[in-house]
Amino acid sequence: MRRIISGWRILVAMLREIFDEAAYARFLNRAGVASSSAAYAAFRREFEEVKVRRPKCC
Amino acid sequence: MSKLLGILGWGAVAVVGALAVGAIAVHRGEPINALWLVVAATCCYALGYRFYSKFIAVKILALDGLRATPAERLENGRDFLVTNKWVVFGHHFAAIAGPGPLVGPVLAAQFGYLPGTMWVLAGAVFAGCVQDFVILLFSVRRDGKSLTEMAKDEIGRVGGFVAYVAVIAILIILLGVAALIVVNALKSSPWGTFTIAMTMPIAVLMGVYLRRIRPGKVLEVSGLGFVLVLAAIWGGQYVSQSPGLARVFTFSAPTLAILIMVYGFAASALPVWLLLAPRDYLSTFVKLGTIALLAVGIVVLHPTLHMPALTRFVDGTGPVFAGKIFPFAFITIACGAISGFHALISSGTTPKLVARETETRMVGYGAMMCESAVAVMAIIAACVMQPGVYFAINSPAGVVGQAPAAAAATISSWGFPVTAADMQALAHAVGEQTLYNRTGGAPAFAVGMAHIFSHSLGGDTLMALWYHFAIMFEALFILTILDAGTRVARFMVQDALGHVCKPLGQTSWYPSILGTSALIVGAWGYFLWQGVKDPLGGINSLWPLFGISNQLLATVALCVATTIIIKMHRAKYAAVTLVPLAWLVAVTFTASWHKMFDPEPRVGFLAAARALAAGPATGATGRLIFNNRLDAVVTGLLVVMVTLVLVESGRQWWGILRGTREAPVKEAPFVRTRLVEELVVEERG
Repeated sequence: MRRIISGWRILVAMLREIFDEAAYARFLNRAGVASSSAAYAAFRREFEEVKVRRPKCC
Repeated sequence: MSKLLGILGWGAVAVVGALAVGAIAVHRGEPINALWLVVAATCCYALGYRFYSKFIAVKILALDGLRATPAERLENGRDFLVTNKWVVFGHHFAAIAGPGPLVGPVLAAQFGYLPGTMWVLAGAVFAGCVQDFVILLFSVRRDGKSLTEMAKDEIGRVGGFVAYVAVIAILIILLGVAALIVVNALKSSPWGTFTIAMTMPIAVLMGVYLRRIRPGKVLEVSGLGFVLVLAAIWGGQYVSQSPGLARVFTFSAPTLAILIMVYGFAASALPVWLLLAPRDYLSTFVKLGTIALLAVGIVVLHPTLHMPALTRFVDGTGPVFAGKIFPFAFITIACGAISGFHALISSGTTPKLVARETETRMVGYGAMMCESAVAVMAIIAACVMQPGVYFAINSPAGVVGQAPAAAAATISSWGFPVTAADMQALAHAVGEQTLYNRTGGAPAFAVGMAHIFSHSLGGDTLMALWYHFAIMFEALFILTILDAGTRVARFMVQDALGHVCKPLGQTSWYPSILGTSALIVGAWGYFLWQGVKDPLGGINSLWPLFGISNQLLATVALCVATTIIIKMHRAKYAAVTLVPLAWLVAVTFTASWHKMFDPEPRVGFLAAARALAAGPATGATGRLIFNNRLDAVVTGLLVVMVTLVLVESGRQWWGILRGTREAPVKEAPFVRTRLVEELVVEERG
C-alpha cells in the first residue's frame, strides 16, 4: 500500500512538473505571494523567457 | 544465490528475446501477431539497459554519485533545480516524444514490418539511447551547456557554427514537413478540420481560465480542455453530415497551407499565455494519455499484422517514397532509433534538473527506450491494416492516379489486393469522403489506431470517432510543434542578429518580432508550399530531407561525444560512439548522394529537375525545377557543413592520440555533493 501511495505521489509530482504547476508553486514560494491573477501573470512573464526557448522534439 | 538467480533470470530474458527477434526475422507467408514485436522490443530494451548502458556508465563515463550536479550547485528555483529522477524522466520523455516516432515508422512500413522493427530496436539500443545518455551526462558536467556550446568548446568554432546552422535548418525543414502532414490529413476533411479549428478557441479559453479564473491550475484546465476537445470530435460528425457546415470546413490543400502559415505567424507573435502555452498543455495531456492508451491497447488486444515482413519495394521502387532500403529506411525512421534533435533536449532543460550524475542513465538512456517503444507501436498500427489499404492511403496521386478504380487497380497489380469499394467503405466507416492519396503517415496511423481500438471498444460504430481522435491527437501536437518551433527558431535568429544590430536581438521589440517571425514562417512555409504543389505528394522529397538533416545533427552530437570520450582518456572505448557515428555518416552521406545525383527522377532532385525540363512545359514547371534544384543545394550544404565538423573532429582525435595536441577536459570543477549524507543514509538503509 505504501508503495502504491509513493508511486501515485511521484506520478502527480511528474505531472505537476510537466504542466508547470510545480514551477508556479516555487515562484509563489520564492516571491512570498499568494496565488492570484497578478501573481500568475508575473510568473508567466518570468517563466516564458525560459520556457519558449526550450526546443520540443519532432 | 541471488547472483545465480540474476544470471538465470537475465539468461531467460536473452533467450526469449532471441526467440522473438528470430521469429519476426524469419517468419514469412502467414500474418504474424503483434505480440512478437512487443516481446522482442521489451527483451532488447531490458538487456540494453541492464548491460550496455551500465557498461557505458561504469567503464566510460564513470558516473559519480558524489559529484554535485548543476541542479544542486547553481540551484535558483527556476531553470536549475534538484528534481526527483522520475519527474525528470517524465519531463524529458514529454519533451522528446513528438510526431517523428509515429510518422517515420508508418512511412517506412512500405518496406514491410521487418526493416523498421530491426532498425528501431538496434538503432535505439546501440545509437539513440547512447547519444541521449552521453550528451546528457556531458552537459551535466558542463553546467548544463547546450550542444552548440559544447561543439564550440570541444571541437572548435567550426563545430559550434555548424551545430547552430544545422539546428536552424532542421527546425525549418521539420516545420515545413510537419505542416504538410497536417495539410494532407485535413484536406477535404470537414470533420477533422472542424475538430482542429475548435482546439484554437479551446486553447484561448484555457489561457483565459488559467490567467483570470483559476491561476496556475494547469492540470485542471488541461482536463477541462480535453473534455471540450472530445466534445469537438463528437460534434465534428454533425458538421460533416450538414452540407452547409461541411462546405465551410472543407478546404483544399493550398488553402489549408495558407491558413497554417497565417496560424504559425500569429502564434509566434501572440502572447504566449493566450495560445501557445495552453495548446502546449493540452497537446501534452492528449499525447501522454494516448501513448499510454495505445500501449495498453496493443498489449491487451495484440492484433495481427497483415503487412508482410518484406515487400517488393525494398528495391527502391516504393510508392510512399522512392529509394532502396539502404539508406532510406534509416533516414526515414529517425526519432524511434536515433535523432539528433534529442541531443538538443539532452543539453537543454534536462541537465539542469538532474539531482545526481548516476540518474542520467535512467533519464537519458531510459527515456529514449520509451520513445523507441512508441515507434514500435507506430509500426504495429501501420501493419495491422491490409497492405493494399496502407498503400492506397499513402501513395500519391502522381504514382497511382487520381481515379479510385485506377488507383486500386495499380495497387492490386503490385500484389496487394484492394478494391475501390473496399476503400469507399473504409472512408465511409471513418467519416471521410476519401482516403486515397493521404500521404504523410498521419491518416494511415489514424486508420491503424482506429482499427486496433474499434475491434474491442465500440466496434465499427466508433471507428469514425477513433479515427478522428487519432487525427486530432497527431494534428494537435504537430501544430504545437509548429508554433513552439517557430518561436524557438525566431529566438535563435534574433540572438544571432543581435550581434549585428542590437535592437534586432531584443525579443520584446515588435519590429524585430514581426520581421523574424515572417522570416521563419516564410522559410518553412516555402517548403510547405513546395510539398503541397509537388505532384508526388511532397513527402517523397521533404521527409528524406528532414531525415538527412536530423541524422546529420546526430552526427555532430556523436562527434562531440567521441571527442570528449577521447579527451577523457577513454579512447579504447570510443567505439561506443564511433560505431554509431560511422553508421550515420554512411547512411546520411549515401542518402544525400542519392537525393542529389541519383539518375532516377523519383529519387534524385537534379534528375527530377532534368526530367521536368525535358517534359511538356506547364505553368508550374519552372517552379518545380527550381524547387528540386533548391532541395539539392540544401542537401549539399548540409553535407559540406557536417564534413567540416568531421574533419575538425578527426584532427582533434588524431592530435590527442598522437600526443601533439593538448586535451583539456572543459568540465566544471568537481564539487562534493551536499546530498551525500542522504546518499549514505539511503545506502545504509
